[in-house]
Amino acid sequence: MHTSQLDKVVKPKSSRDDRQMLMFMIVIASYLVFALALPLYTILSKSFKNNDGDFVGLGNYVEYFNTPALVYSIQNSLTISLITTVISVSIAFMLAYGLNRSCMPFKGTFKAIAMIPILVPSLLPGIALIYLFGKQGMIRWLLFGHDIYGPIGIVISEVFFTLPHALIIIMTALSIADARLYEAADSLRTSKLKIFFTVTLPGARYGLISAAFVVFTLTITDFGAPKVIGGGYNVLATDIYKQVIGQQNFEMGAVVSLILLLPAAVAFMVDRIVQRKQVALLSARAVALEPKPSTVFDRAMLGYSILISIFILGILGTCQYAALIKFYPYDLTMGLSNYQFDLMDGGGWDSYFNSLELGAWTAVIGTTVVFLGAFMVEKGKGFKQGRNIFQFLAMLPMAVPGLVLGLAYIFFFNAPNNPFHFIYHTMAILVVSTVVHFYTVSHLTAITALKQMDKEFESVGASLKAPFYKTFTKITVPVCLPAILDISIYLFVNAMTTVSAVVFLYGPHTALASVAVLNMDDAGDIAPAAAMGMMIFYTNAGVRIVHGLLSRGVLKKTQAWRAR
Amino acid sequence: MNDATTQPSSGAPYLRIADLTKKFGDFTALKDISLEVFEGEFVCFLGPSGCGKTTLLRAIAGLDIQTYGKVEQGGKDVSVLPPAERDFGIVFQSYALFPNLSIRKNIAYGLENQKLAKVAIDNRVQELLDLVGLSDQGEKYPAQLSGGQQQRVALARAIAISPGLLLLDEPLSALDAKVRVMLRHEIKELQRKLGVTTVMVTHDQEEALTMADRIVVMNDGVIEQVGSPEEIYNTPATRFVADFIGTMNFVPAQSSRKGEITIGSTTLNCDLATGSGNLIAAIRPEDIQVGSGHQNSFTAIVESMEFLGAFVRAELSSVSLGDARLLADFSANVVRGEQLAKGIELPVSLPGESIRLYAQ
Ligand SMILES: Nc1ncnc2c1ncn2[C@@H]1O[C@H](COP(=O)(O)OP(=O)(O)OP(=O)(O)O)[C@@H](O)[C@H]1O
Ligand SMILES: [Mg+2]
Repeated sequence: MHTSQLDKVVKPKSSRDDRQMLMFMIVIASYLVFALALPLYTILSKSFKNNDGDFVGLGNYVEYFNTPALVYSIQNSLTISLITTVISVSIAFMLAYGLNRSCMPFKGTFKAIAMIPILVPSLLPGIALIYLFGKQGMIRWLLFGHDIYGPIGIVISEVFFTLPHALIIIMTALSIADARLYEAADSLRTSKLKIFFTVTLPGARYGLISAAFVVFTLTITDFGAPKVIGGGYNVLATDIYKQVIGQQNFEMGAVVSLILLLPAAVAFMVDRIVQRKQVALLSARAVALEPKPSTVFDRAMLGYSILISIFILGILGTCQYAALIKFYPYDLTMGLSNYQFDLMDGGGWDSYFNSLELGAWTAVIGTTVVFLGAFMVEKGKGFKQGRNIFQFLAMLPMAVPGLVLGLAYIFFFNAPNNPFHFIYHTMAILVVSTVVHFYTVSHLTAITALKQMDKEFESVGASLKAPFYKTFTKITVPVCLPAILDISIYLFVNAMTTVSAVVFLYGPHTALASVAVLNMDDAGDIAPAAAMGMMIFYTNAGVRIVHGLLSRGVLKKTQAWRAR
Repeated sequence: MNDATTQPSSGAPYLRIADLTKKFGDFTALKDISLEVFEGEFVCFLGPSGCGKTTLLRAIAGLDIQTYGKVEQGGKDVSVLPPAERDFGIVFQSYALFPNLSIRKNIAYGLENQKLAKVAIDNRVQELLDLVGLSDQGEKYPAQLSGGQQQRVALARAIAISPGLLLLDEPLSALDAKVRVMLRHEIKELQRKLGVTTVMVTHDQEEALTMADRIVVMNDGVIEQVGSPEEIYNTPATRFVADFIGTMNFVPAQSSRKGEITIGSTTLNCDLATGSGNLIAAIRPEDIQVGSGHQNSFTAIVESMEFLGAFVRAELSSVSLGDARLLADFSANVVRGEQLAKGIELPVSLPGESIRLYAQ
């Protein structure tokens, strides 16, 4: 065998498709750099500077740790988050267990009810709790003299807020159980309790860990619940808000932000590792488990699910009641006076329509950007390093709390020498920040859908001399349509409910409904706040239903091929 | 060993692969491959799983361009060109039919990029549908077709643009045995009719033996042998090829003189022997003959017999061959005539021209 004289590495010529796809990727990556990486860098550098912009090293941090009132918040945040995590994951696990392993009726209804909290701002449960357990609460005797303002109220609100997230993750984990393990355990006459501890729990362990970290992160970074029902109990998230909005102390706000970033980033990394292991478990799945009827167990699970549903619907119902009552508790007549938002501070009805606009833009622009980006990264050729950087940028938003992102935007876009300064206080900056804020989950949804497609479609397209955009529009988009619709509804719903990033960014003409809830509550107009919160709920629920019908219609038409 | 043992004498090769190496990181999937394929030829890449067949096919297509080496097609160096700038049609194992397009649209997909009139496209699609026997299935979607029908659509789509080169990666492996045999003939027939140069990857030797004009046997990233099915079967160039294709008896032997080998205590005539010491002798079961009249005969005992329909496969042992056991195929006639049964002694012979020799 002769070794060749041509021993030169072949340098493939890039095709026009390759170059165009690369260009698209670079454009979207630039978006992530300008709307995420650079603002984050700015907030980091800000935390090392004083008010005049001079470098002060760790000075701000020293000052922070020498202010007991501030440091105390770290402890409070950790306490609240840990307690919420334990309670929320336990409740979610039991509910998931019932939905997955029992033969109780109305499973679909219970699941739908458990998803309701996703559709409302995290401020809403706090408002309901004030009506239920506040100074003149309807059932305040249930607290036996304890105060709802403070840790108790925050934890209940956060459990309500995080429950659906935990439930989704744990249900997935339980659904990949291998029936053969259970049959084996059964044939060895293992007791039900022992099976639960030796088979069920270990099988769901990655799901439980993952759920725990997600709940912990959501809670420690949430700002709505502690703001409404926290009373004098300070946490990191409210500190950032107070430092920035209350005291205009931006540097200290940056310091607290970075402290808040730490647990969120750690939780995120652990979650990624765990998720990867779970995927390995998933691909090794075998026989699906079919629950067997058991009267006692099924009834117990039914009772439990009803209880959880009462909790969720109770919170929601209380808000609706609060919104309709004229003046609780003195005038209990029903009316729509609380819906006259234009008479209150907070932005009026305009804020509601602004929110709709934000939701629509976020859904349209976000879905386009995210799906295009995912496609270029997944199907592009060459430039591996660049694609890895893109992947990293796409995962980053998950680890960044909304408040931190919002504050980072102030630093970055409000700097007078920033060429993008003109978008400050406009709808554009709200759209840009919201798309970034919810980028990661959307990106992962898109990537999953793209990975499920036959990986040779592009090769076939190229061999038939079809340009990549033809294969993209004619094949990829129609085949991935269900995922694309999912991404758009996810972005819309979150744009409607989010408070944390946009609270720093809205301008005089771009007040939002979710922020209006916050501001009206702040001003003591709790009933109108509840009314606006319910407007958000009905909008989201309505859009969800329309989305469901629409996608069924679209799918029926464009996906006729799916039916055999 | 990389050189083809025979080449159809039709001038310059249509496809020429020279000193091609493909690395995935530190792993070398293809080592210094050289190969020529002639216009209108049907060539099969045959080899065990993971030997690099698909990698070579993808390098030819430009889908995964080689690390070193050259690919020439139609006299033009296409080594660095992306797939879109090469001239080929391809069928994948998964077919990769576009699920949201009708069969007609699938086949028209490549034609639409050629700036043809709509009528011309429609006519061509109908022609192709007729060609692959799916005349009235055009409006259906891929999921509504059987595996074999989907395969035909993939084929029609690939040849629609009349490519100079047709690449098939295990096109039949997802089908059940009956359909597979039928499609073998259809594809071969179609290829002959169109005269398109074709490279097909398979790990099924029967497929390669029945369809190919020439077979490229690969192992571990190198080409072991290139030749017609007869050559590959009758004169395997390496021990790997001998073992991989069909059934082969391997017996340790010595050669102390030209034209002679010794197995156990028996000395046999063997055309290939050069007196080069320790060797492995190889003979196919169907080459072993019953009867004492021939050269190279000795007495063997039938240890076991396996009925395989048209013939019987017997396991033979013989004190004169030492520990060696041989598989021998006897026709039903021979079994009846010799009254073969387990434990019976009979004279057999190993024809000298059928014994192949390999280094140990
Ligand atoms: N993208 C890749 N990265 C790393 N290694 C690869 C890659 N593609 C193939 N290989 C390795 O190269 C070798 C040859 O792979 P190839 O797919 O060409 O085998 P094959 O002969 O087609 O096998 P099969 O019959 O199983 O399809 C294998 O060891 C495979 O693991
Ligand atoms: Mg292969």
